[in-house]
Amino acid sequence: MTETGLNLTPLHALHLELGARMVPFAGYEMPVQYPMGVMKEHLHTRTRAGLFDVSHMGQVILRGPDAALALERLVPVALAELLEGRQRYALFTNQDGGILDDLMVANRGDHLLLVVNAACKQADLAHMQAGLPELQVQPVTDRALLALQGPGAEVALAALIPGVAAMRFMDVATPEWRGQELWVSRSGYTGEDGFEISVPEAQVMDFARALLAQEGVAPIGLGARDSLRLEAGLCLYGHDIDTATTPVEAGLTWAIQKARRTGGAREGGFPGEAVILRQMAEGPARRRVGLRPEGRAPMRGGTVLWDAPEGGTHVGTVTSGGYGPSVESPVAMGYLPAEKASPGTPVWGELRGRRLPVTVCELPFRPSTYKR
Amino acid sequence: MRYTEEHEWLRVDGDVVVVGITEHAAEQLGDVVFVELPEIEAMVAKGDEVCVIESVKAASDILAPVDGEIVEVNEALVDTPALVNEDPQGDAWFFKMKIDDLSVLDDFMSEDEYKDFLG
Repeated sequence: MTETGLNLTPLHALHLELGARMVPFAGYEMPVQYPMGVMKEHLHTRTRAGLFDVSHMGQVILRGPDAALALERLVPVALAELLEGRQRYALFTNQDGGILDDLMVANRGDHLLLVVNAACKQADLAHMQAGLPELQVQPVTDRALLALQGPGAEVALAALIPGVAAMRFMDVATPEWRGQELWVSRSGYTGEDGFEISVPEAQVMDFARALLAQEGVAPIGLGARDSLRLEAGLCLYGHDIDTATTPVEAGLTWAIQKARRTGGAREGGFPGEAVILRQMAEGPARRRVGLRPEGRAPMRGGTVLWDAPEGGTHVGTVTSGGYGPSVESPVAMGYLPAEKASPGTPVWGELRGRRLPVTVCELPFRPSTYKR
Repeated sequence: MRYTEEHEWLRVDGDVVVVGITEHAAEQLGDVVFVELPEIEAMVAKGDEVCVIESVKAASDILAPVDGEIVEVNEALVDTPALVNEDPQGDAWFFKMKIDDLSVLDDFMSEDEYKDFLG
């Protein structure tokens, strides 16, 4: 902790050494950008490889008999079939079908490893302890978490750990580096191929330096992380999804496998099942959409959307938006009534008292390059 | 060159004042992706929001440093907002103003005073 009450990650000194501009984020002092700047950091990740410190995120181990099946009580996701060495995206839902957090769940043999959002981790722990009393819920407090993302990620990581080249998207493995276990998954949150790597705290400084010494690897801050995930159409918890949005409204039904849907082998049995299964059957009243503002002015989260250039009705709100360095135009996401959610529909975003035209579009803005 | 506490620079060019943002301001803003300029011939009062600058991080305004009339704007910034980061105190001027009394510029900081202000 600093005197400001913020937590520091084990790489804090490295960020300062690299000239990062530090900002408070989810209770941590984190690098928002390095001297390269957000735009170049974004483009560097899309063309080479970016190293991100995501140690603020929560890592949690779940242990116990049938842990995967037990965890299904809290998520609308099929986990019982998740093979050892595989990972899946999941959502904690509430009784109203709202989203408490989004997370990754990996089957690591004798336990599950969860990665949850920094701002939600205490609430998630309490939620699991209350909802899964038969399991051991163990926060991992002695490991840092790195993400290495971009087309150069495989070569850079394989230079340190040759085995990772054989991993496919959403595989997890436990290779060793200098005698210590790394927990590696082939995943990330930028739309690029890449890896997330959990590293023992005592070793992470050396490991991060070894990665940064590889050709084409640069440190990337939270600013570019946000524009990368936005172009990839990925939700930011607290902005694009929250307790007032359901997975169906958010367009995340791909994360609800057949086994948990109506007629599936383990239909329902998660918080908010009535709302979620009904919305899946009947269609939701509103949907998350991609939005392309015309012109160059970015429309950020909170921008009000109207169905007419003047008069008309307030039909929705931008939940996150900004400039997309790879698509070279402003990009945004938000919620609109289902009848306004088809690609090509015109709406208007209110910016500084004026309504500017916006077109509903497909997500993502930029196709992902995962190695499936 | 004179400087405001809002990190704008003012340069007298003949009988008009050229206005831009300082290197410090450009660096703090980060990569500029959008610039909106005022209307030519607009009469503005000191403190009016006359330009909008959006960077990858946030939106901010340029305020009119003095009362006067906007006589020219730098259209190049609309097509190439990145100029603001490349040459903030040169090619990336924002607008030119006609003012009644050029001596009001003496109220603003000199370069040394601005450096002290930045600390």
